[in-house]
Amino acid sequence: MFDIINNSFKKGLLTEKFILPQDESSRQIDSAGEQLKKIIHKLYGRSLHLREVDTGSCGACESELIALSNPIYDIQRFGVDFVASPRHADALVVTGPVSRNMALALKKTFNSMPEPKFVITVGDCALKGGIFRDSYYAIGDIQSITGSVVLHIPGCPPEPIIILHNLISFLKQKS
Amino acid sequence: MQAENIIRDLRAKNINPIEVLFLNSMEIEVRINKEDFKAACLFMHTKLSSSVMALFAVDKRQVNGNFEIRCVFLAKEIPLWVSIVISVAEGFLSFDSLACDIYSSALFERQIKEMFGIIPEGNPDQRSLVLHEEVCPEGTLPLRKDFTPVQAVSKKEYQFNKVEGDGIFEIPVGPVHAGIIGPGHFHFSVAGEPIVNLELRLGFTHRGVEKLFEGKTLEQGLKLSECVVGDSVIGYSWAFCRAAEAILGVKIASGVFNTRAICLELERIYNHFTAISGIALDVGFSFPAQFISVLKERVLRLNKKLSAHRYLKGVLSLGFARNIFDKEAVAYMLDELKLIKRDIKEAQGILYGSVSFMDRVDETGILRKKTAEDFGVVGLAGRSSGVSLDLRRVFPEGYLQAGFRLVKKDRGDVLSRLIVRLDEIEESLRLIDVFAKQTDVLESPKINFPVQGHALGAVEGARGPVIYWLEVSDGKIERCKIVDPSFQNWQGLSISVLGNIVPDFPVCNKSFDLSYAGNDL
Repeated sequence: MFDIINNSFKKGLLTEKFILPQDESSRQIDSAGEQLKKIIHKLYGRSLHLREVDTGSCGACESELIALSNPIYDIQRFGVDFVASPRHADALVVTGPVSRNMALALKKTFNSMPEPKFVITVGDCALKGGIFRDSYYAIGDIQSITGSVVLHIPGCPPEPIIILHNLISFLKQKS
Repeated sequence: MQAENIIRDLRAKNINPIEVLFLNSMEIEVRINKEDFKAACLFMHTKLSSSVMALFAVDKRQVNGNFEIRCVFLAKEIPLWVSIVISVAEGFLSFDSLACDIYSSALFERQIKEMFGIIPEGNPDQRSLVLHEEVCPEGTLPLRKDFTPVQAVSKKEYQFNKVEGDGIFEIPVGPVHAGIIGPGHFHFSVAGEPIVNLELRLGFTHRGVEKLFEGKTLEQGLKLSECVVGDSVIGYSWAFCRAAEAILGVKIASGVFNTRAICLELERIYNHFTAISGIALDVGFSFPAQFISVLKERVLRLNKKLSAHRYLKGVLSLGFARNIFDKEAVAYMLDELKLIKRDIKEAQGILYGSVSFMDRVDETGILRKKTAEDFGVVGLAGRSSGVSLDLRRVFPEGYLQAGFRLVKKDRGDVLSRLIVRLDEIEESLRLIDVFAKQTDVLESPKINFPVQGHALGAVEGARGPVIYWLEVSDGKIERCKIVDPSFQNWQGLSISVLGNIVPDFPVCNKSFDLSYAGNDL
């Protein structure tokens, strides 16, 4: 216990403020995350809940999505959260080139989500199959299962900050 | 014991090899008659006290009309890879199963049946592993050369092993889990709280990786190998390089070795952080869990600073490694690692100092040494159960000069795996210190393409040995077999949880930290 308190005092706040140089308008507001929070507040009341499904990815994209929740990025402070059940989710986050074995599970997950809902793909292979496109076992086309994909975040894997940045620009368009 | 002696002893057993090939200083190949297969494998298994490290088929019908079956053993002491090779003619698609005598061969045999349609006669379990009956029609044999995908729908259903008796409940979990994690199906049979049986059904992330390698050049293959398992980029690409370099006859310079080894150890460190953080999180101890996830982020950022990629993609090339360690980079890395070392000591204190945490991990999920050896459990999970196999010691190159110390524990519970991880981090940090002193400016070697031949390459990745077997003709990859450490270790996990209560499953699972992508390929 003493160790923990001592450590917290010594280290202070680890969470970082983000400045996204690629985004012209976010220069005025020093934290892009704050902006994200405002948009989410406006669009979804208090929070945006995401459900993640791995449909055959190598694991790197998941690793980066998990990193979003660590104290450095702490995506939860903006009202974005990864939930355990599709029934609690506003959006479905899909990684991987959709293996044939996962097609049914993906469909069931998507169908369990309440309306309105949308699909986000993360990583190069999620949208069209990427490097696994020619495989006999990758469907590679998520749109045939879930309908449209409203946001694709490219990268192999996309870094946490890139994921955050893409989320902001997308939600900004929506608001 | 030397390679020649092994062959002499094999002859003494009345098994006469048709041909013995000394491929290179670390690999021999013993070609025998099909009838002698079982006897020869049993002989190697006991003589070398090695589990089956790999067992796979190769479609050679275009060359000589036959399939080839290769069974690979590892002689740790010499060190030497020994492959037993038989031919299977097109009309007689079967071979003697080893599964009842050498358990570690069972899954490999199922794989051969699934991918090539060659039947392991005598294997009690011949169900498919990754091609699920529900979506994959019968007669789909993807790794045959003349395979063309069919779209027909299948209506068959997978049969789980049944456990019957008073008060037995079944708990199916997955493939989609509550967290951000790979997909896999766990089928628990429980009597009250304790788990009586756990059957795993994996294959959900099957992408046909081995088939994708076919027809690619070695450079393209290297690119693909970096994308097989996302958190073992260096482990996979280095193993691929070693196989390719053995075929090419390229010997890497010591500077190249040091660069690669540093990257491999960095990869090991962040993987261990993932697992330790997961162990703490799964018993509900979130402070150290978050604390260690910050350390992982720091290593990933260090990777990015060094190589411009958080998972070190693009560092390795055939016979070479990019110059990412100039004086400045080395100094920066060592400073950063010093801080990480200080912090990991602190996290260790917090974990070991908590009685309730220790109570959850101590004597949970025990995997005994005998079981681990029988099922061929390798890598970190094996070492925590007392199996002293670490490829860094077997194929030393620079590791021996650096004074590599093998970390091992005997109890095989979650705590042992935690301690081994923490100790390995310390050892990795020390190794990086040693290697970093000798990174000189590297020069790219001349490589002659195209090439022919086949060879085996392996390195000790974060989870255990990653093994590649490559066959190349005219510079194109003909067959690529990958063995991920998770492949055998999943069985170890399903045994270790027996008798434990269901809520302890997550922490057992995290202590093994196995890969879905690597297992399913």
